[in-house]
Amino acid sequence: MSHSNSAIRFNPAAKEALGNTQLRSNFRSAMDGLMSKRLNAFQGWDLEALRDLGAAIRHNALRQLPDLLEQLETQCQQNGIEVHWAEDGDDACRIITDICQQRKARQVIKGKSMVTEEMELNHYLEQAGITALESDLGEYIVQLAEETPSHIIMPAIHKNTEEISELMHRKTGTDRRPDARYLTHSARQQLRQKFQQADVGISGVNFAIAETGTLCLVENEGNGRLTTTAPPCHIAVTGIEKVIPSLNELPALLALLPRSATGQAITTYVNMISRPRQSDELDGPEAVHLVLVDNGRSEIYQDEERADTLRCIRCGACMNHCPVYTRVGGHAYGTTYPGPIGKILMPQLLGLDQTPDFPSASTLCGACGEVCPVRIPIPDLLVRLRSDKVDGNSLTRNPTRGHGAGKAGLENTVWRLWSWMNRQPAFYRIMIAMAGRLRVLSPRRLGGWTRFRTAPRPAPKTLHQLMKQRPRTGQRP
Amino acid sequence: MNSAIKLYPAKPEHVYLFGTCLIDLFYPEAGLAGVNLLEREGITVHYPEDQTCCGQPAYTSGRTDAARAVAAQQLSLFDQPWPIVVPSGSCAGMMRKHYPDLFAGTDQQTQANDVASRVFELSEFLLHVCQLSLTDLGEPVEVALHTSCSSRRDMATADVGPALLGQLANVTLVEQARAAECCGFGGAFSVRHPDVSGAMVQDKVTALRDTGATRFLATDIGCLMNIQGHSDTQPEPFEGEHLLSFLWQRTTRAEADQ
Amino acid sequence: MNQARDRILQRLRQRQVTSAAMPTDPGVLLRDWDQAECVKRFTHQLTTNHADVFKVQQLELESTLVKILTERQAKTVLLGRNHPFKDLLPALERQNIRPMLYQDAVEQWQDTMFNDCDAAITTTLGAIAETGSLILWPTADEPRLMSLVPPLHIAIVSQSTLKATFAQVIAEPPWQGRMPTNALLISGPSKTADIEQTLVYGAHGPSELVVVLIEDQ
Repeated sequence: MSHSNSAIRFNPAAKEALGNTQLRSNFRSAMDGLMSKRLNAFQGWDLEALRDLGAAIRHNALRQLPDLLEQLETQCQQNGIEVHWAEDGDDACRIITDICQQRKARQVIKGKSMVTEEMELNHYLEQAGITALESDLGEYIVQLAEETPSHIIMPAIHKNTEEISELMHRKTGTDRRPDARYLTHSARQQLRQKFQQADVGISGVNFAIAETGTLCLVENEGNGRLTTTAPPCHIAVTGIEKVIPSLNELPALLALLPRSATGQAITTYVNMISRPRQSDELDGPEAVHLVLVDNGRSEIYQDEERADTLRCIRCGACMNHCPVYTRVGGHAYGTTYPGPIGKILMPQLLGLDQTPDFPSASTLCGACGEVCPVRIPIPDLLVRLRSDKVDGNSLTRNPTRGHGAGKAGLENTVWRLWSWMNRQPAFYRIMIAMAGRLRVLSPRRLGGWTRFRTAPRPAPKTLHQLMKQRPRTGQRP
Repeated sequence: MNSAIKLYPAKPEHVYLFGTCLIDLFYPEAGLAGVNLLEREGITVHYPEDQTCCGQPAYTSGRTDAARAVAAQQLSLFDQPWPIVVPSGSCAGMMRKHYPDLFAGTDQQTQANDVASRVFELSEFLLHVCQLSLTDLGEPVEVALHTSCSSRRDMATADVGPALLGQLANVTLVEQARAAECCGFGGAFSVRHPDVSGAMVQDKVTALRDTGATRFLATDIGCLMNIQGHSDTQPEPFEGEHLLSFLWQRTTRAEADQ
Repeated sequence: MNQARDRILQRLRQRQVTSAAMPTDPGVLLRDWDQAECVKRFTHQLTTNHADVFKVQQLELESTLVKILTERQAKTVLLGRNHPFKDLLPALERQNIRPMLYQDAVEQWQDTMFNDCDAAITTTLGAIAETGSLILWPTADEPRLMSLVPPLHIAIVSQSTLKATFAQVIAEPPWQGRMPTNALLISGPSKTADIEQTLVYGAHGPSELVVVLIEDQ
């Protein structure tokens, strides 16, 4: 198989992660805890009906996506929120940097936002001489460590308290005290001043409400509220898929998101922002901007099957329940979004040629699809991407970027032979009967399989042969 | 939506057996055990000789055209309106859940939907259609059960194995930690991602052994080969078998078996 | 950037939508709890989320507030410029608790607010039983930072404004009208579990939330 040199390779990173016992136990215990919390949080709910509702809301919103975006834009503008459109990450970074420079901003404080990770905004701002400081505790730790988040909800989940204590000591001069309370309060003290000094606050958006022009953000720490309230300018950045028609769709999504993510009935804060500070008001930003980012989403949208990917509300439940993610952690994927959602989203954003290992890095066990609050058929989409990767389905109409990247080579021939054999029943019977007769010759080594297992051995007689030998069925005593 | 409510037919006189290629080649005794159990319920089992593979290996490898071609070969084998029973959860899931998608928009769509609607996992069929009741003839034993992800999620039959084992008076089913977690097989996954797959099966074998059970059972040949294959690399033997083989052995006297 | 806008919308409109809209039945979100059940759940949920809840009669309100502040050793308390707690000021004075009024734009006294306010008292627009949430629509009289910056937030809730679920709340005015600059649901003190899943209160917002529930007359 030929892949471009810049392609992201999952296997070597996964192998390394598997060898890190500390990392593996950090993830295992965290994911076990999150799975049981989620289960408890839905006690007393008709979860399947609620997931039906969540899926329907997101599906219906996506059906009318262009109209909703226009409505959102109009309503936000009426409310005094300035709306910007970005075709890709660079566009978005440029727009945000321009706003900052117009305000002569030197310091930016950030709330948690995965889409800004996607476009590496901090790096871009830095090059423009603007300091961007992450204020979500997990993101703050990851930024201190000069790493990327390993989980979309809990960015620093790969680190234990000792590691964080050491890191904060080294970077900020706190005491070496592996005590979560102490470390959290130290970070609070350090950031409190920054909130006051920041010229601009940049946040993500969980749901953008078209009818009222409202940006809804959920969080526990209060850093999101500070980011969107204390600095004189707030820039909200969101993927174009996050829009919902009205406030009426919000309760179902709010019921699903925190319960699926961390097992909470609700986050500490649900923050709904509809306009900048009004003339009589005493706080809040005087300017609010909304940056709508496409960055590959409108391409995914072209195909109705793949567009289900865009239903995602970024709860992370698919990662928490994924037996692969649990074992290798988020960094092994090497992309902004790890885990099952990453395995279907990243190949569509970056191209199958850039993410050759992603579609196959799943057993299709279905745990992700089973917990997804908006019923994204993740396993089916993995199969779809596998098919696009080898151009395996002549009925597919809108193949994914970089499709056909894995279609050349020996494998193609193998599958052609396999298909032929399984369509010649008489030949098939001869072949497997022969395998049984020659079983002593069956190979002892079968590539990756026998590194962890003995090779399976054909039975002396096939089921075909045994069924033929039986007295006619139905006439036995 | 995800799981339409499955309606079970009345107990029929005839069924088709789709034996699956892995059972055909590696575990034919599991298929025979299924046939024996069905026949004991007075059902005539028909085994279409021209069956090969359901197409799943190609389907999950993205070779959709190849899968469709091979699946089309199977569609023509089930002329009579009888149920089609399959002794493996993932093949049953392929036929019941994925055939309709695979043939959507093709000439064989109606035929595929008809076949899919008649597919049952063999153990599920015994429990819910035959409503069989088992009499345990074996010594007391503790077993652990690994229900395949396809049985659990595609077929929604995770309750079947425990219900059938629960009928056996001398059998105690002990549940392993993280029972619902995948064993790491995933077909080509085990070869393409050997390290992750290896870590998963290692954990699964540990969990099964830690129950203290003397043996383990599986509802799918893929899982069985995977788990057995790994436990065979360890010094202490830990034997597994297909649920159907176990059920038949427990409920028949040695001389009655062939 | 209008070109970007047009190109994005054009791409989105290219798609042939063939899938049908899916039915949305919000029934799963509604609860028919009576007032007593709502109070019980509201209190339980908030307490679980590490907030303190006091149930008082209207007449006991001001003494309760003073008690809460005194017990938590607050030296200063932030009040809205038109706060409704008329008899509170003299009582505070007797306890040596200094009231501060939020009457100037934040820029003029940000340092003081961030560093010298021990507590703030706000009213609420209503509350939600199912999730133990307070509903706040900050105004010029009770600005946004009041419930966020001081380490202790005391919120007053009238029992009669308590509703079962958020879905039931938004079905009625004022939610079906014009949205305010900022609307908030607050369901506990600020918290984080970002360090090895250890729950710590007082991440960036208040470390304590005290809810005073005024029982119906």
